[in-house]
Amino acid sequence: MRSTRAVDISTGLFVVLGFAALFFLATQITSRGLSLGGTNSYDLEAQFENIGSLKVGAAVSMAGVTVGRVNSIGYDQDVYKAVVHLKINSDFNRLPKDSDASIMTSGLLGGQYVGITAGGASEYLKDGDRIEFVQDALVLENLINQFLASFGSNKDKESASKDGQSSKTEAGK
Amino acid sequence: MSAIGELVEGAGTSLAEVGRITKFFGRILGQIPAAVTKPGLIVDQIYNAGALSLIIIMTSGLFVGAVLALQGFLVLQRFGSEDALGGGAAIALLRELGPVITALLFAGRAGTALASEIGLMRATDQLTAMEMMAVDPIRRVVVPRFVGGVVAMPLLTLIFISIGILGAYVYGVGTLGVDAAPFWSQMRANVAVEDVTQGVIKGAVFGVACSLIAVYEGFTATPTAEGVGQATTNTVVNSAVMTLILDLMLSAAMA
Repeated sequence: MRSTRAVDISTGLFVVLGFAALFFLATQITSRGLSLGGTNSYDLEAQFENIGSLKVGAAVSMAGVTVGRVNSIGYDQDVYKAVVHLKINSDFNRLPKDSDASIMTSGLLGGQYVGITAGGASEYLKDGDRIEFVQDALVLENLINQFLASFGSNKDKESASKDGQSSKTEAGK
Repeated sequence: MSAIGELVEGAGTSLAEVGRITKFFGRILGQIPAAVTKPGLIVDQIYNAGALSLIIIMTSGLFVGAVLALQGFLVLQRFGSEDALGGGAAIALLRELGPVITALLFAGRAGTALASEIGLMRATDQLTAMEMMAVDPIRRVVVPRFVGGVVAMPLLTLIFISIGILGAYVYGVGTLGVDAAPFWSQMRANVAVEDVTQGVIKGAVFGVACSLIAVYEGFTATPTAEGVGQATTNTVVNSAVMTLILDLMLSAAMA
């Protein structure tokens, strides 16, 4: 038979390695801020005309720092707006009442997130409050439409003035 | 008619097998409290299933992590986001590759050893001898091996994932030239504790399934040389298929 001591040592090594791996994975690989399943968070609500492609689980960030997650997205038929519920880590509990929320895009192809800009009020948002000042998602198609529309009208003006000039010169002849 | 008859017959046989393995599982569960009073037997089996599998698990983890880094790098490079390599590799290892590959290796390394050992005990009448001495072979032989496997599998999964991440780091940063800082920071930003939990849960469930299949196949092996060989083959095949089916179910449940 194998010597008992060698068996004990390698079994011990195996168990210690296993728990070391658990510790490594749970503390070094993950970030605690990501999971807001516990009680140390509070809810805010914001209503948007258009949320673009915002998804549940998207980040809520202030000045680029993630402070929470999008908890749920619904549609309110009374006001015809998208209702977004945000879960904010309670470490960040001093958001002024007049803060504004806007839907932004990270990078050209990146996902969308909710950016909060702090306001100047002395009162703070509490659990269940609604963020009144919002800015909708920029929809790329609308932007392109607007751009094309303004571009087109500029061109019309230009061609109109050119026509005017050419008609003038013709008249001069 | 005969084709349908065969089909019905085959379905009946398969169902009977599922029924027998469930009954066997019940017998094992019933004997676990009694087996825990002799922890020495279980520790021996943790050594057999876990410590002896360490080398193959760690070597495989290293290479799986490295190849994940290489393939991930080639894809991410097209989108100019090589920095996401760390997060991608870690999530893939934690949620899928770690538990599944560990389970397949575990079935090949520890499962076959269990099945052939118990099968040989059956073939050489050792189990019958135990029954003659009023020793329950389930309590004495099967349960410690089952519990040992169930304890060892999640730990092996965690070791595999950790070594895999280190392998991805070594290959990604060392050979492919990805920046080390974004590798770790992207990983920390994108991996949630739930991903780790999912890996552990999958490892534990696969551990139960693979250990159960191994001890069942060994215990019910035909007591001949051929029968023991057949039991070993069945262990690997059934464990692999069962692992992959359970993997989809667990992934869907925890999505």
